Amino acid sequence: MADWFRRAADSDIWWSFKSSPLTVVAAVATLLIILVSFLSPLIAPHTPFDPGSLNLSDGLKPPVFVSDEGDWTFPLGTDDQGRDILSSIMYGTRLSLVVGFASVIVAMVLGIALGLVSGYVGGAVDAVIMRIADVQLTFPAILVALLIDGIVRGLISVQRHDEIAIYVIVGAIGLSFWVQYARTVRGSVLVEKNKEYVQAARVIGLSPVLIMVRHVLPNVTGPVLVIATLNLGLAIISEATLSFLGVGLPSTQPSLGTLIRLGNEVLQSGDWWITVFPGATLAALVLAVNLLGDWLRDALNPKLR
Amino acid sequence: MTFSVRHSVAMGALVCAALATSSAVEAKTFRWTNSGDVSSMDPFARQETFLLTFTQNIYDPLVRRDKNLKLEPALATKWGQVDKNTWFFDIRPNVKFSDGTPLTADDIVFSLNRANGPGSNMGSNFASVKEIKKAGDLRVEVTTKYPDPLLADKWAALGMMSKAWAEKNNAVNSADMTKNEENYATRNAMGTGPFILKERKAGERTVLVPNPNWWDKPTHNLTEVIFTPVANPATRVAALKAGDVDMMYEVPPADTESLKKDANVNVLEGPETRVVYLGMDQERDELVESSVKGKNPFKDKRVREVFHRSIDVDAIKRTVMRGQSFPTDLMVAPGINGYMKDLDKRPALLKPEEAKKMLADAGYPNGFEVGMDCPNDRYVNDEKICQAVVSMLARVGVKVNLRAQTRNLYFAKILRKSDGKPGETSFYMLGWSPAQTYDVHNVFEALIQTPNAATKKGMFNAGGYSNPALDKLADAMEQETDKAKRDDMIRQATKLYVDDFAYIPLHQQAVVWAARKNIDLFQPADNAFPLRFVTVK
Amino acid sequence: MLAFILRRLVQSVAVLLAVGVVSFFLFRYVGDPINAMVGQDTSQQERDALREKLGLNDPAPVQFFHFLVNAAQGKFGLSYRTSEPVSRMILERLPATLELSFCASLFVLFFGVPMGVYTGLYPRHWSSRLLQAVSLIGVSLPTFLIGILLILFFSVMLHWLPSFGRGETVDIGGWTTNFLTRKGLEALILPSITLGLFQLTLIMRLVRSEMLEVMRTDYIKFARARGLTNRAINFGHALKNTLVPVITVAGLQLGALIAFALVTETVFAWPGVGQLFIQSVQFSDIPVMAAYLMLIGLLFVVINLVVDLLYFAVDPRLRGGGTARAGGH
Repeated sequence: MADWFRRAADSDIWWSFKSSPLTVVAAVATLLIILVSFLSPLIAPHTPFDPGSLNLSDGLKPPVFVSDEGDWTFPLGTDDQGRDILSSIMYGTRLSLVVGFASVIVAMVLGIALGLVSGYVGGAVDAVIMRIADVQLTFPAILVALLIDGIVRGLISVQRHDEIAIYVIVGAIGLSFWVQYARTVRGSVLVEKNKEYVQAARVIGLSPVLIMVRHVLPNVTGPVLVIATLNLGLAIISEATLSFLGVGLPSTQPSLGTLIRLGNEVLQSGDWWITVFPGATLAALVLAVNLLGDWLRDALNPKLR
Repeated sequence: MTFSVRHSVAMGALVCAALATSSAVEAKTFRWTNSGDVSSMDPFARQETFLLTFTQNIYDPLVRRDKNLKLEPALATKWGQVDKNTWFFDIRPNVKFSDGTPLTADDIVFSLNRANGPGSNMGSNFASVKEIKKAGDLRVEVTTKYPDPLLADKWAALGMMSKAWAEKNNAVNSADMTKNEENYATRNAMGTGPFILKERKAGERTVLVPNPNWWDKPTHNLTEVIFTPVANPATRVAALKAGDVDMMYEVPPADTESLKKDANVNVLEGPETRVVYLGMDQERDELVESSVKGKNPFKDKRVREVFHRSIDVDAIKRTVMRGQSFPTDLMVAPGINGYMKDLDKRPALLKPEEAKKMLADAGYPNGFEVGMDCPNDRYVNDEKICQAVVSMLARVGVKVNLRAQTRNLYFAKILRKSDGKPGETSFYMLGWSPAQTYDVHNVFEALIQTPNAATKKGMFNAGGYSNPALDKLADAMEQETDKAKRDDMIRQATKLYVDDFAYIPLHQQAVVWAARKNIDLFQPADNAFPLRFVTVK
Repeated sequence: MLAFILRRLVQSVAVLLAVGVVSFFLFRYVGDPINAMVGQDTSQQERDALREKLGLNDPAPVQFFHFLVNAAQGKFGLSYRTSEPVSRMILERLPATLELSFCASLFVLFFGVPMGVYTGLYPRHWSSRLLQAVSLIGVSLPTFLIGILLILFFSVMLHWLPSFGRGETVDIGGWTTNFLTRKGLEALILPSITLGLFQLTLIMRLVRSEMLEVMRTDYIKFARARGLTNRAINFGHALKNTLVPVITVAGLQLGALIAFALVTETVFAWPGVGQLFIQSVQFSDIPVMAAYLMLIGLLFVVINLVVDLLYFAVDPRLRGGGTARAGGH
C-alpha cells in the first residue's frame, strides 16, 4: 500500500495535478461537496423531507444575511412549505450525486461489456451491437431518458412511479450514455486482439474472458476514466434537466434539479433564494467535476503535454 | 470580438423595437395568455369555465350575465314562464351571423337541441326539459317535465350557432371530446357574437377580430385579439413584464407580489365562487389505502374532527397561497344564494397533544396511515396545499401517503362512476362552484346528498357521506318557493354537514389576473373573461 | 464508392426499421389504445367492436406492417390529448423547430469554429484561457438555467428581445417562417443562443484539441520547414485536417440540436415539436410520442447519411473501410 502511494506520488499524473492550482481547487471542491452531502443525515440542521418536522409557520423565511426576518435556524432561508433550504440542498446534492454516479456506473459496465464482446467476438455480434449503438446515437441522451421515463410512466401507476423514479432515472440516463464506452473499448480491443502476446495467451489456452480482463482492460482504463468523469457532469445535468421538465424525481425526494424546478415556479416572486442556492450548487458541482475531467483528459493524453 | 458582435445585434434590435412601438398606435391589438389552450372552438364541447367564456366571445347566448352576474337580454329580448311548465324566449330581430345570414328561431331550436344532443357536454342543463319548439319566427317555447324556475340561469352559458352553417359543414352534432372526436366546429366557428374567429392553431395561437355587424354597441375598442397559451408560469410572467403580452389570465399566487411591484402592470384580484375542499371516504367498510384493516376510521366522527381541526388554513393562506385565498368552513362561497355568513366559522385548531388524545380515544393511540389523492394542475397550488396538509397531519401522528397527478388521470381515479360505484380514493381534494345557477341547492344535490345513480343525486359526493335528514331537507328545498322557509331549510342542512365534519372546506381561491397598465378590463366574480369589456389605451 | 453508399443506405433502412419497432411497441403496447380513446361509460361490446375495427386483434407482425405502411404515409392517428390528427400537429410545428435548430447551428459554427481555431493556435494566451474557462462554465450550466437567465436579463430587465414564442411568422404554403419579419428574427435570437451554447462549447473544444494535435504532427513541421506562411499552414493545412472529426461531430450535433430543442422550446414557449413531445410525455399521449420518435429517427438517419458521404468526400483514406468514425473524443 505504502509502495503504491510512493509510486503514485512520483508519477507524472500527480505532478501534473499538483502543478495545476485550478485542478486542485476543483478536486477539493468536489470532495467537499461529496463529503458534506453524504454526511447530510448526520450534519444537516433539519430533516426537510420528513413531513412531521415541517411547520408552515417557518415558511418563506429569507436567508439570514439579507434580511432581519431571517432566522439562524434556517441560514439559507426556507421555501413555502417551511423546508430549510440548506438542508434541502445537502440532501438534494446527495441524490443528484447518487443518480450521477449510479448512471455512470450503469453506462460504464454496459458499455465496457458490450465493447469487449463486440471487439473480441467480431462478425455478426459486432455488427449487431454497433448497429444498436448507431440507433442509440440517433437519439440523444435526454431524449432516450425521456422516452424510457414516458414508457415506464405508461406502464405503472403514479404511486409506483414515484417509488421507483430514482431507478427509472438511473436506468434511463445510464442507458443513454453507454455507446461512447463501447466504441472506445471496442477500438482498443481491435488493436490489441492481434498483438502477439494476446495471440500467445490464446495459444496457451487462456480463456477469452481472462485475456480481455488481463490484457485489454488495462489499456482502456485511461480513456474510460476520462469519459466517466466527463459523463458524471453530463449525467448530473441530464438528471437536473429531466427533473426540471417535470419527469424526473418527484418533489417528495427532490434532487437539485427538482429543487430548481420548484424554485423556478416562484422565481419572479422575489423569493430568489429557493432557486438560486440549489442552482449555484449544481453549477459549482458540475463545473468542478468538468474541470477534473478536462484535466484528466489532458494529463492522460501524452500528445498534448 | 464575439461579444461586440452580439452586442450590436441586440442594439439593432433595440432600435427596431423602438420604431415598431411608435408606428403601432392605430391598431388596437390585444394579446393575452393562459397556462393552457381552449380545448375546442365548439361551445358545447366541455362544461368548463375557460372554454365557455372563450367561445362566448364568438357565440352569443340567449341571455347573458352583466358585470354583476345578473341576467340581461342578449339574443332573447324577453323571456319568462307562460305557465308553470312552459318557458318562452323572444328572439331579437335583425340579428345576423357573421356570414351575413339572419338569426331565426330555427337557429335557436337547433342550437339548444345540439347542446342537449350527442357529443355535447352540456346535457346536465337540460334535465328538466321535455320539448323545445319554434313558436313563430322570433319565438321559442320550452316545455319542462316539472317547474324549473332556474332554466334561464342554466342557459346563460349556451352559445347559439348557425343551423345552416353547421348543416353545411357536417357539424350538426358536437364532437364528443371524451371519445376523441373532432369535426368542423372544433376548429371553426359561426356565431352572432362580438368577435369572429380569424385563425385557429390549437395549442399555438387563436386570433379573433371584431364582428362589424354585431347587434350590440361594442364597448371595446379592439381591432384584433391574439390568444397564446404558455405553459411555463415563469415564461408567462416574463412575457407580461416584457410587454410581449398585454394580459395574463390566472396568475400564480407566487408571482402576484412581483407583478404588483411592476410599474407597467395592473393586478386584478377577487374571490372565486369555487370552494376547494378535502373529502374522506365514509362509505366503504375498509379504506382502499390505509394501515387500518377491517374498519374505516373516517366513519368515526372523532377522526374526521381531528383531521378538520388539525389543518391550519390560515397558515396555508400565508405561505402556500401567499395571501391569495379566503379560508372558509362552508361548502359554498359568499355571493352564492344560500351562503350563511354566521355559520362560516372554523372551530379552533387542536394542539397536537389534544389531537393525539382524541385519536387515542377513537382507538388509534399510534395514529394510522392513509393514502391521499391530489391533482397537480387543477386548482391554484393544489399539490402544495396537499403537501402542507401531509405535514400538518404528520404532527398528530397520521402518516399520509400523497399521490399527486395530472387532472385527467386524477378525476378518472377518484370520481364516482356513472353506475354509482365509488372512485378509488380514501382522502382527496376537489373544488366546486355552483356556476350555472349560483344557488346552494346545486352543492347539496351534487356533493352532500347520499349518492344515488337512479336520481343522479350525490354523484360528486366522492366520499359517500350520507345523512338521511339532510337528504330530506335538500329534496324539499328544490321544490320550495317561499324564500323564508327555504332559507330555514338551507340553514338546517348547512348545520348538519358542518356538525358532522362531513367535509374539510379549505378556502375559496382568489382569481388573480394581471394586465399591462394601458389595458382596461373588467373581472367578474365567476372568472369569466368577456373580451367585450376590454379597451386598449 | 457505390457499394459504400449502398451499404450505408441499407444500414439506414435497418436503423429506421428498428426505430419503427420501438415506436410500434410504444404505440401498441404501452397503455391500451382503446382505453385512451373511449369514455368511461363505453360498454365492453363497443370496446370490442372498436378493437376489431382498428385491427388490434390481428397478429402483431400484421399490425406492425400496417403501422409501417401508415407511418410511411404520415398517418399516426389522432392525438389522445387534443383529438387532432398527429401528422397535422407535427407538420404545423416542425418548421418552428427546424428554423430554430438551423439558426442555433449557424451560431455554433460561426462562433465555435473560429474560437476553437484561435484557442488551438494560441493555447497559452490569456484570452484563450478565458475562452476555455467561459466554455467550461457554459458546459456546466444546464440549458434551462441559461434560458431563464437570458430571459431575465434581455427581456425582463432590458426589454431588448422578446421572451417567448415566435413573434411574427409568414405562412408560405404551410411552412411558417420566422425569417421574413423583423419580429420573427428578433424572436429567434435568445432561443438560438440558448440552444446553441452547449454545442458551441463542444465544437470549440473539439476544434481546439484537434488543432493542438495537428499542429504537433510532422506534417505541419515539414510545412513550416518548407517556409510556408503561418496563414497557409494554419488554415490551408491544419484546419483542413481537423475538418473530418468536426464534420462528424457537427452533423451529429445538428441532430442533437433538433432533439435538445425540446428543453429550449419549453423555456421559451417556442411552438415546436419538442414542446409537443414534452406535453405528450406528461399526458402519455402515445401516438404523438411514437410519431415524434419516427420523425427524429428519420432526421438522424438522413443527417448521418449525409455526414458519412461528406466524410467520405473529405477524407479519401476512408474509401476502403467505411465504418471508421471519430471515437474517443
